[in-house]
Amino acid sequence: MRKIRSRLIIIAILAVTSVWALMPRNVTQRVVDSATGRMKDTTVREVPINFGLDLRGGIHLALEVDQSRGAVPDPAEAIRRAERVVRTRINEFGTKEPVVQIFGNNRLIVELPGEQDPARAKGIIQRTAFLEFRITDMKHQFRDALPVIDQALRAAGVHAAGAAPASAVSQLFGGDTTKKGNGKAAGPDTSQNKAGALSALLFQGQSGVAGEFLVPEEQVPAAESLLARPDVQRLIPRGLDLKWSTEVTSLGARAYRAVYAVEDKPIITGEELEKATARRDQMTNQSIVEFTLSRRGGRVFERETGRHVNDFMAIILDGRVQGTPPIIKSQIGQRGQIELGSKTLQDANDLALVLRAGALPAPLVIIEERTIGPSLGQDAIADGIKAGIAGVVLVVAIMIGYYRFAGLLAVLALVLYALYTLGGLAGFGFTLTLPGLAGFVLSIGIAVDANVLIFERIREELAAGKSVRTAMDQGFARAMNAIVDSNVCAILTALFLFQFGTGPVKGFAVMLILGVLASMVTAIFVTRTFFLIWLERRPTMETLSI
Amino acid sequence: MRRLFTNTTFDFIGVRRYAYILTAAFFLPGLVLLLVRGLNYGIEFTGGTLVQVESKAPIAAASLRHALDAHGLTGAEIQSFGSDREYVIRARMGGDEGKIEDSEATVAAVRASLDATLQPGQYEIVRHEAVGPKVGGELRQKALLATLLSFAAILVYLAIRFEWRFGLAAIGATAHDVLGTIMFISLMRLEVSLVIVGAVLSVLGLSLNETVIIFDRVRENEHKRLKLDLRAILNLSINETLPRTVLTHGTTLSTMATLAIFGGEVIRPFAFVMFFGVFTGIFSSMFIAPVVLMYIRQRWPVEGGARVAPTGAKRPAPAAVRAPRVGADGD
Repeated sequence: MRKIRSRLIIIAILAVTSVWALMPRNVTQRVVDSATGRMKDTTVREVPINFGLDLRGGIHLALEVDQSRGAVPDPAEAIRRAERVVRTRINEFGTKEPVVQIFGNNRLIVELPGEQDPARAKGIIQRTAFLEFRITDMKHQFRDALPVIDQALRAAGVHAAGAAPASAVSQLFGGDTTKKGNGKAAGPDTSQNKAGALSALLFQGQSGVAGEFLVPEEQVPAAESLLARPDVQRLIPRGLDLKWSTEVTSLGARAYRAVYAVEDKPIITGEELEKATARRDQMTNQSIVEFTLSRRGGRVFERETGRHVNDFMAIILDGRVQGTPPIIKSQIGQRGQIELGSKTLQDANDLALVLRAGALPAPLVIIEERTIGPSLGQDAIADGIKAGIAGVVLVVAIMIGYYRFAGLLAVLALVLYALYTLGGLAGFGFTLTLPGLAGFVLSIGIAVDANVLIFERIREELAAGKSVRTAMDQGFARAMNAIVDSNVCAILTALFLFQFGTGPVKGFAVMLILGVLASMVTAIFVTRTFFLIWLERRPTMETLSI
Repeated sequence: MRRLFTNTTFDFIGVRRYAYILTAAFFLPGLVLLLVRGLNYGIEFTGGTLVQVESKAPIAAASLRHALDAHGLTGAEIQSFGSDREYVIRARMGGDEGKIEDSEATVAAVRASLDATLQPGQYEIVRHEAVGPKVGGELRQKALLATLLSFAAILVYLAIRFEWRFGLAAIGATAHDVLGTIMFISLMRLEVSLVIVGAVLSVLGLSLNETVIIFDRVRENEHKRLKLDLRAILNLSINETLPRTVLTHGTTLSTMATLAIFGGEVIRPFAFVMFFGVFTGIFSSMFIAPVVLMYIRQRWPVEGGARVAPTGAKRPAPAAVRAPRVGADGD
């Protein structure tokens, strides 16, 4: 009995984990607001299964470095630069969960679920990267203009929304906030006052970078739309621009995105940059990015940095600030270095990649393109569900019709099998594709096969005159070899399919692997447990309904 | 207790000549067909453009053809997709210099043709794919590589779990099925898409699974019944696993039937191929793999394994008498 209980506990833990993985949860989506045409975030409740592009519609693009107009020296490096650039533009796509990844060593895969306009997507991806260095708002002109902007917004009928968490957040910033509170009353952190619509969204960070404001991640769209208003634009001090960061920083339990007030003219652009490499300085143990400018660029940079010693310099790629703006320590000529302090070499490499991406844009050529309309995927899902239900009904009928009570137990195990497989799919974050649906239906067959092998073995043992208990034990034990061997072979094939396949076929392989694993667990372990319970209930059983 | 095919004593090995004839009857014309007609590769393998159109009103394929010709898409294939409201139009790329940018022109031409045949707004382009020839070539290579490598991995696995003779026989039977399935695809003029590659690999897994289960029984019976010769053991093992074969494949076939009926246009070819694969898988596991195993055992006997009775009408070679070879005392 104790053995059965521990078995039941394991089955229950697996089931609960699967159910938990499949629980509908809130997902934040970036969608195009039909009223304004701008991006906004909405929250939807849905089952956390990733549907592939073939099921939910969208655009799949594969790109390579264009070598038709002259050879590119290092295509693998070029594709890394391109990936970095496309990644910074990811928000422009305005789709949920875009995928940008390097495939092989010189191919870039971009997947945009839900997107339907390939021309627009290609335009965003193939646009030449633009890198610039700009000085941040050293005179705090934007901060000083905030009360006026708030006032204008109030006059226009826009009031602070969701100011409640502001007081909680302000504590996170400790001394910085108090200092500022004592100093300039017009500071952006006005949670203690009657908050203005814009300033309620902006918080001062700890980094001490002039012109930097932090916005809670979930309020970024609200802040963006406020800043885009024409009346606000007019009030932003002349000579300043606002640029968002690509990075999200977490402070305490909340995520913030930085927005920087920067000068509207760059001191230098990527065209003047010739080289950028990352290294770790042995003496100071700092991560460092070294860069070299062209001779002309060096002259300009020397003049500009001379004027801006002790100012912060934002590194902006395609309109997005990369990393925290470094401070200019001294006049810099043709060669300079950015010291990243305790940041990892990985971060330094990334920054060097950003600089190179802006200096040497990689021309990309599209080698594969798929656009799938949303209606097609919905039809496919509907068909798949229909086929799945019909298939399951048939399997249930055959199993119960042929194996009677034992068949019923197998069907119960099959329910758990389906739950485990789908739970695994959601839990490990794999993608469900159309061939994946077929793989799922196929794997139901594999799951049934394992049960059939066991039941036939038990029948043979019974026919050989063994007692019910012995027949059952030996049936499970002897069927094991065949089940393991055949399933290992199935997994081996699926692994190669996974390795060499792309998108949809990968989905098929994943479903097959998950299905085979789940079927081993259910056929060998779960069905056995059900049999044990059955025997426990009726210890004197002479015949088995099998 | 309902039982099917229990305690049967079919002589599977005995009818192997009929099996040869059946295989030859399918393979010879199949090979010719494959060589002459070849396979109908989808654009993901050849490179090209695919446009799938869904219209509110039925379209006659002839008028669509006419309109496409008028807009310069003369080589395009038109295929109805389930009904006369849905069509797939394929334009393959010529040679290696085909550029994906041309696909924009193809889509534009399709739109123009549809505008001419139908009212604008009466149709929708639900799918548009463009594949460069380079990607297509790579994909073909990878599909082949995936199949060959999985063969190799399975051979290694079976060599470890059983012994290499079983592995080789299983590979032989599975290769038979994969080749047969490819011929079936050529015969049915199914378009070779990635889904079909998945189906072929599933047939591979399925057929192998079938063979492994019979061989598993052979291995067990060889240990249990030392008195029987290999032929009897093979027959016994196939007969013993027969109920399981019937039942398992009965359920597999019924799920594939539901996929074929309800699964939609993309999945239907998959179900067709699997349907064929189940039959060839059963056939090869029962009639080919055991026979191949027998021949392999004859050629390379196993020490301590079941005796191999001479096959066919060939009488055993008479015992030879000869003088001892020099230095062969130890034998």
